[in-house]
Amino acid sequence: MTSGGIRIKAWAAAACALFSSAVWANPQPGQLNMTRGVSEWSPEAYFLNNVALGVCTVIGVLVFGAMFVAMFRFRKSRGAVAEKWSHNTMLEVVWTTIPVIILIVLAWMSTGGLVSFADTTGSQMTVKVTGYQWKWRYDYVDYQGKAIDGVGFMSKLDEQSNETRQLDSGLDPKSVKVGDENTYLLNVDKPLVLPVDTKVRFVITAGDVIHSWWVPALGWKIDAIPGIVNAAWTNIKVPGTYRGQCAELCGQDHGFMPIVVKAVSKAEFAQWLAQQEAAGKAPAATPATPAAPAPASTAAAPASASTTAAPAAKTPGKQG
Amino acid sequence: MAHAATHDHHDEHHGAPSNFFTRWFMSTNHKDIGTLYLVFSLLMFFIGGSFAMVIRAELFKPGMQLVQPYFFNEMTTMHALVMIFGAIMPAFVGLGNWMIPLMVGAPDMALPRMNNLSFWILPFAFALMLSTLFMPGGGPAGGWTMYPPLSLQSDSVAYVVFAIHLMGISSIMGAINIIATILNMRAPGMDLLKMPVFVWSWLITAFLLIAVMPVLAGAVTMLLTDKYFGTSFFNAAGGGDPVLYQHVFWFFGHPEVYIMILPAFGIISEIVPTFSRKPIFGYKAMVFAIAAIAFLSFIVWAHHMFAVGLPLGAEIFFMYATMLISVPTGIKVFNWVSTMWGGSLTFETPMLFAIAFIILFTIGGFSGLMLALVPADFQYHDTYFVVAHFHYVLVTGAAFAIMAATYYWLPKWTGRMYSEFWGKVHFWCSVVFVNVLFFPQHFLGLAGMPRRIPDYNVAFADFNMISSIGGFLFGASQLIFLGVIVHCAFFSKKKAADRVWEGARGLEWTVPSPAPHHTFALPPVIHDDELAHGHVDD
Repeated sequence: MTSGGIRIKAWAAAACALFSSAVWANPQPGQLNMTRGVSEWSPEAYFLNNVALGVCTVIGVLVFGAMFVAMFRFRKSRGAVAEKWSHNTMLEVVWTTIPVIILIVLAWMSTGGLVSFADTTGSQMTVKVTGYQWKWRYDYVDYQGKAIDGVGFMSKLDEQSNETRQLDSGLDPKSVKVGDENTYLLNVDKPLVLPVDTKVRFVITAGDVIHSWWVPALGWKIDAIPGIVNAAWTNIKVPGTYRGQCAELCGQDHGFMPIVVKAVSKAEFAQWLAQQEAAGKAPAATPATPAAPAPASTAAAPASASTTAAPAAKTPGKQG
Repeated sequence: MAHAATHDHHDEHHGAPSNFFTRWFMSTNHKDIGTLYLVFSLLMFFIGGSFAMVIRAELFKPGMQLVQPYFFNEMTTMHALVMIFGAIMPAFVGLGNWMIPLMVGAPDMALPRMNNLSFWILPFAFALMLSTLFMPGGGPAGGWTMYPPLSLQSDSVAYVVFAIHLMGISSIMGAINIIATILNMRAPGMDLLKMPVFVWSWLITAFLLIAVMPVLAGAVTMLLTDKYFGTSFFNAAGGGDPVLYQHVFWFFGHPEVYIMILPAFGIISEIVPTFSRKPIFGYKAMVFAIAAIAFLSFIVWAHHMFAVGLPLGAEIFFMYATMLISVPTGIKVFNWVSTMWGGSLTFETPMLFAIAFIILFTIGGFSGLMLALVPADFQYHDTYFVVAHFHYVLVTGAAFAIMAATYYWLPKWTGRMYSEFWGKVHFWCSVVFVNVLFFPQHFLGLAGMPRRIPDYNVAFADFNMISSIGGFLFGASQLIFLGVIVHCAFFSKKKAADRVWEGARGLEWTVPSPAPHHTFALPPVIHDDELAHGHVDD
């Protein structure tokens, strides 16, 4: 399903990992370069970034170098006298041709990755992501060919970040932590849980305005647009917690709309999914008691209950 | 009869009107209108800059300290709109107004009364737009791109749309005037391929303006009808498509970014030969490169939309087309460097700004090439990497070129020399702090900081603090610029020669300094050795 180019790069990524132990999952203080990421596809963006940066650096050194040489050699104060020529066809042909060749190489490198990114077929799991001002909704659609029933929830900024970020809260953003990691504005009440080594297809849309779903460790972002369903895929290789944020201006709380993906082993995921399905069925059995999901999950539950009610309200309308 | 009448008329107007109101509010003189444009754009530069200071102050450290998030969004939106439509574009129009007739040997612009109108629309447009900040619902806060549905949540849509219509009308009239002047008013013997590159760059820019400003007007009018008249161009619930807006907007928006850089290419192509004392290398290639860039600018708009979920074919087409732009842009950079090579260089303030332009604009071009690569752009898009990219091309590109042009032509405008010492102080402060301001933003973007967020994780704290410090100091440095201009215009004792710079070639240096209120009442006789590019035949 994926191109050979990616597999070669995955090997290269593994080789690099041997020499540099720093696998950046989340932003680090003083981080200078893009994260290599943890998905099957993410090294594509990382390597392309490095190659392009390298090409630009080399061209920059040559051009600026020539310029600085000119600035020292041809100073009037050193007695330089201006020459008369102002044209050289050969030179112009050369510096048109060489960039074109460089561009062809870069284009070739980019195109392969793009083709494999666009291919969402053969996925083993589907998750529907919906952006709302200012929270994300995740609905699990199917897993390994089986439809998932009633697993979906809202995911919004965690309470501690939310209190700290208020104007004049007096709280210190540095004290918002999970373990050793500072998670200020990068933590949610309910993360999206995904299995590793599984090709997960995302279908992404929005309920009000345009948002953009971005987890740097996965290597891409894609806009969540009302009325349009976008597709993307990921295959996470390393278990862990990966953090991102909405990347399209979506209103006043645009900066407070984080995304957290928790990648777990397949066994853990199966267990988690079974729990969620069981919890989801409980209120379905007794639909008259809206308070039922409250103990199962804390803050997100009322919100998720209200949005799941919306499609339910639509169905009778369609029938009638 | 008509001939005699013009003669009488002409005799009355040898000097500028002595009445302040008549001179500055009713002017049809290209030099006075050029000055008005430049003063207006300087004012807007400081207003837009003060908005940027609010942004950088809030981002100084993590946590919300100064402003509410909604106000922060208003600031980012207004900063962009004011800088683009208020500072950069009017500055180029002002330079064009002042210099194009002087450079092509015309007595004035072709349509002087329209020239007056196209300027005086602007203060009203900006008063209207800035007034929204004081309205109960607040100003626009959906970004300068005004993507629906978000921008439709704002209460100030009607005001902003009307202001943009006015700015668009002003730009189109200015562009028509420039095209009419260049095509019809050149002195005999001033062939198209003898025109200075600056005139060429404005001719091409003017065509871009006429082509795309109506597109913006259409896009924002559709916003207006969606908001107030119940249409559903962009409303998915009514069968509309939010992505349609983005296509229409960026069909305007991408040529727009070239509108903001092509005249800068022209300026640099005047300054580098002057201070190299050597004609520009490959004049024809420079002109054709500008034309090629202008053409390509129309077919690359969707590179602002790689993350909206375009079809694979579209992503690949727009990626290739965007990458192609680096070829003519590269030619321009190589030609500027070759112009310097073998020259006899001196480093007055305009040359310093021109050299900084070439280096820093090229860095902005490099990040632009990186952004063109779609798989990498999935990571860069809407991050601070993009912010760093377009500030390198717009601040160290467009704004530095405008500053270079100001120092270059200020003696011609005022008849006095500016203070070279303070000009150089301004240059070194600007060039150092602008890099402190924008360079760390590349790292922030690569590390994963989205743009347009008022607050961030502490991992981004260090570079944001450095960037903010650079921002405050860069802002303060511009007060030196203001001081140098005011000093030169009103207090400088040093008279400027007609040919202010030793190596300067072109008709504008054959008229006295200050340039008299009316020039070229009789068409000048063109001597090829007086022109910057009079000898083009190879």
